[in-house]
Amino acid sequence: MHKKRIARLILIIGIISIVSFITTDQCLSEMFKDYIYQPGTLKPLDSMPKLKIGDQAPDFTLPSISGEKISLSQHLGKKNVVISFVPAAWTPVCSDQWPGYNLVKNIFDKYDAILLGITVDNIPTLYAWTFPMGKLWFPVLSDFWPHGAVAERYGVLRSNGVSERALFVIDKKGIIRYIDVHNINKRPRLEDLVEELEKLK
Amino acid sequence: MKKITILLVVTIFLFSGLVVFAANEPPKEGGMLPDIKLSVPNSPEEKTYLGLKGNGSFTIPQIKANVVIIEIFSMYCPYCQKEAPIVNELYNAIEKNPDLKGKIKIIGIGAGNTPFEVDTFKKTYDIPFPLFPDEDFSIHKVCGEVRTPFFIVIKINKKGTHQVIYSELGTIKNAEDFLKLIRKRSGLK
Repeated sequence: MHKKRIARLILIIGIISIVSFITTDQCLSEMFKDYIYQPGTLKPLDSMPKLKIGDQAPDFTLPSISGEKISLSQHLGKKNVVISFVPAAWTPVCSDQWPGYNLVKNIFDKYDAILLGITVDNIPTLYAWTFPMGKLWFPVLSDFWPHGAVAERYGVLRSNGVSERALFVIDKKGIIRYIDVHNINKRPRLEDLVEELEKLK
Repeated sequence: MKKITILLVVTIFLFSGLVVFAANEPPKEGGMLPDIKLSVPNSPEEKTYLGLKGNGSFTIPQIKANVVIIEIFSMYCPYCQKEAPIVNELYNAIEKNPDLKGKIKIIGIGAGNTPFEVDTFKKTYDIPFPLFPDEDFSIHKVCGEVRTPFFIVIKINKKGTHQVIYSELGTIKNAEDFLKLIRKRSGLK
């Protein structure tokens, strides 16, 4: 009986250790090394879509880390808008995703587009998390209160209160032209977004 | 019988753990590179720089050089972004020195980066040496899933064998000092 229990324990430990080896840690940057909470591999998607291509993008107003409030509607008729939802601060993958976008302002400029980065974190957390990324050229918005309301309206709020890793491309008329609710564990390829921006021309 | 089963289970798990650990180690100084295959670049300038011909794949010790500096980076990594001008400076210091030009070559491997992302990084920082994408993290995996930026330097011997003379995480800090260190360790005058 006792031995059986030991054998089972060993089996469980073995399986856990193997599973933990399989999960790939994609948050490679040395900058965030000890700060990133490792949730392991998550359920790729955990929300129901509420919007589709061709829909009018729901308007919102959210506070940003720079202090000003940003509305989607203020860009209407002027700029194409890319919304990047990332699950939460201090999580893998996304801690690298925005520094990548920070490098390619010229690509967004080329397509007359701006980027709005949104998470469900509060402003102080977002401030602390994005601070070491250097000066970000795009606004970072807090969808903290009422919690995840914008994510919810866009159909990307997960059951545990964080958002999906999702990209929305909205044209100057406010129409949704592209939706990528991505596998939360993976980073969207930059060229896929660029291809969609190219279609807006 | 039970004892044997337990022993077997323990052995299998210990062994599988060991194999995974061994595969996950970054290259060690004094040791050799893992088996890394890269695609021969299309650009004639890059081909000339690396001393490669044709298409297909090549391994790093096939590069025509005495010393190869390998940077594992990511377009998405802020420290790699900060490092880019320093590595460019290193490249320029090598190319300007007649004793070193042609003997020390630099390549970058973009961990988890697509060809487009690697190209974006190259254009943004005007990087003069070849960069290779590693979209599926396969090279990154055999290199011990290191954080970025990570630098590996190998010395290629006359017989075509090689050894790792530098393998460290983080910035090289200063191009001149790093070059001095590499010259010392490789014995390149």
